[in-house]
Amino acid sequence: MVKQITVLSGKGGTGKTSLVGSLAALTKKTVMTDCDVDAPDLHLLLKPEILQTQEFKASRVAVMDEKKCIQCGKCEEHCRFGAIEKLVIDPILCEGCGVCAYVCPVEAIELRERISGYAFISRTKYGPMSHARLNPGEENSGKLVSLVRQNAKKIAETENCELIINDGPPGIGCPVIAAVGGVDLGLIVVEPSLSGIHDMKRALGLLIHFKIPSLVCVNKYDINEENTDRIVEFCRSNSVEVVGKIPFDTLVTEAMVAGKSIVDYSPKSRVSEAIAELWKRTLENI
Amino acid sequence: MIITVASGKGGTGKTTVAVNMALSLENVQLLDCDVEEPNSHILLQPRIHETKPVYTKFPVISEELCDYCGKCSKFCAYNALFVAPKTVMVFPELCHSCGGCALVCPKNAITEKERQIGTIKKGEAKGVELVYGELKVGEAMAVPLIREVKKQIKNNKTVIIDAPPGTACSLVASVHNSDYCILVAEPTPFGLHDLKITVQVLKELGVPMGVIINRAGLGDRKVYEYCKKEKVPLLLEIPFSKQIAELYSRGIPFAVEMPEWKKKFQKILDNI
Repeated sequence: MVKQITVLSGKGGTGKTSLVGSLAALTKKTVMTDCDVDAPDLHLLLKPEILQTQEFKASRVAVMDEKKCIQCGKCEEHCRFGAIEKLVIDPILCEGCGVCAYVCPVEAIELRERISGYAFISRTKYGPMSHARLNPGEENSGKLVSLVRQNAKKIAETENCELIINDGPPGIGCPVIAAVGGVDLGLIVVEPSLSGIHDMKRALGLLIHFKIPSLVCVNKYDINEENTDRIVEFCRSNSVEVVGKIPFDTLVTEAMVAGKSIVDYSPKSRVSEAIAELWKRTLENI
Repeated sequence: MIITVASGKGGTGKTTVAVNMALSLENVQLLDCDVEEPNSHILLQPRIHETKPVYTKFPVISEELCDYCGKCSKFCAYNALFVAPKTVMVFPELCHSCGGCALVCPKNAITEKERQIGTIKKGEAKGVELVYGELKVGEAMAVPLIREVKKQIKNNKTVIIDAPPGTACSLVASVHNSDYCILVAEPTPFGLHDLKITVQVLKELGVPMGVIINRAGLGDRKVYEYCKKEKVPLLLEIPFSKQIAELYSRGIPFAVEMPEWKKKFQKILDNI
């Protein structure tokens, strides 16, 4: 069975993608995915060559034929998304439910499929990658995440991979739920700020809610060691293992500017050593 | 005036900018629309004077009236209903509460019930009125809660909205009807990439925008070049500073400890 790990954080910008980029360099027989479909960044480190592009059609939008409209206002009255104002449909607010078309007595409204984004199957120098791009402002990011993960599973089977590592989105809502559903392990990356701790607790709550085993690693732990101690203490009292502490180093940003993961850019650095160590401990948990 | 602070990429400093700006201005209301991970209250430490639950509707099927015709599940665009020969399954977490199933049911077998998806909290700190939403852990849909937070907008105040990361529906719901959007970007390749997507969303929405570069000095110059090329005005630079990072980690807004920044935030408002 292919094992799956999702890296998440609750709070954005704690270093998920920088870590996942490094894990790609440290693993073999692994499919990497980028489940942050509305602000994906992993491709900037892994530089995938796209082999296959899929259109992602998951939503519809209501379109009105003004010539047919008799201005009865029923559509506006029934729309619960505030997407129709003065008989004009706002495609950005429209959630494609179809109620307006249903209540229209003269069939002046039609639901059109829209392309919400694209899913990609790619190859990187570290192995296969499954990723996607949601069109700006679109909904249904959760469904696109599910597609990315389905694609990854297929690749893992055909290419005999043993592991799938998912780079998760920030937050704890729909795309995150889609990114953690059914995985063997959730690895939370937390930074030692009060906000980071607050958001880690909610992310941990989400993993517990879905009965997913969880691990924590502290990134930039030396920015505030007092807070790092608090995280370690909180995890201990909740029986969650802290698998590693990564020091702060501007080398990570330098590596990003060079388009590389820190493990590739500076394999002997303290950061790279900390990542290798935390990865070893993570693998002991699956 | 309604100003939204957004970024695309997470962790670039939206909340830092929103809170410090709110503390620098008079007669301000701050709305934290990052309902999945709200953080403004951590920096502001408000006294909460009102907490109210937010509900969303979902269908309930009367097994007595239902004849399993399947029209509801066929109509539902979100796969929230599944009709089997002798039963109907409802998946409330997939439901967008459009009300369509109840409308199409020929037997009037569908009524709507409410369930809680989160909470709105209102409070006050240092002269700033704060409203924030908190999505229940395990709930998928943030947009209905964001809409509720935005219903609290007071038109006689300067309103600052702290938006969630990303460029999808939650951002759109947060920034909708704003007069201006401040984008907080990090001068790194990730920061630039996500800034570009966010600029595209805002152009589609027709919201005027400007950029604040946070952690200036880190990374490279490409965000600056991009802003110049796209004619997106640069409003302010906040340097990469250990003092600011350290204050943030302790939950202290830097304009409180470094009051010279208040003038800089006031000037932004004068210029937009």
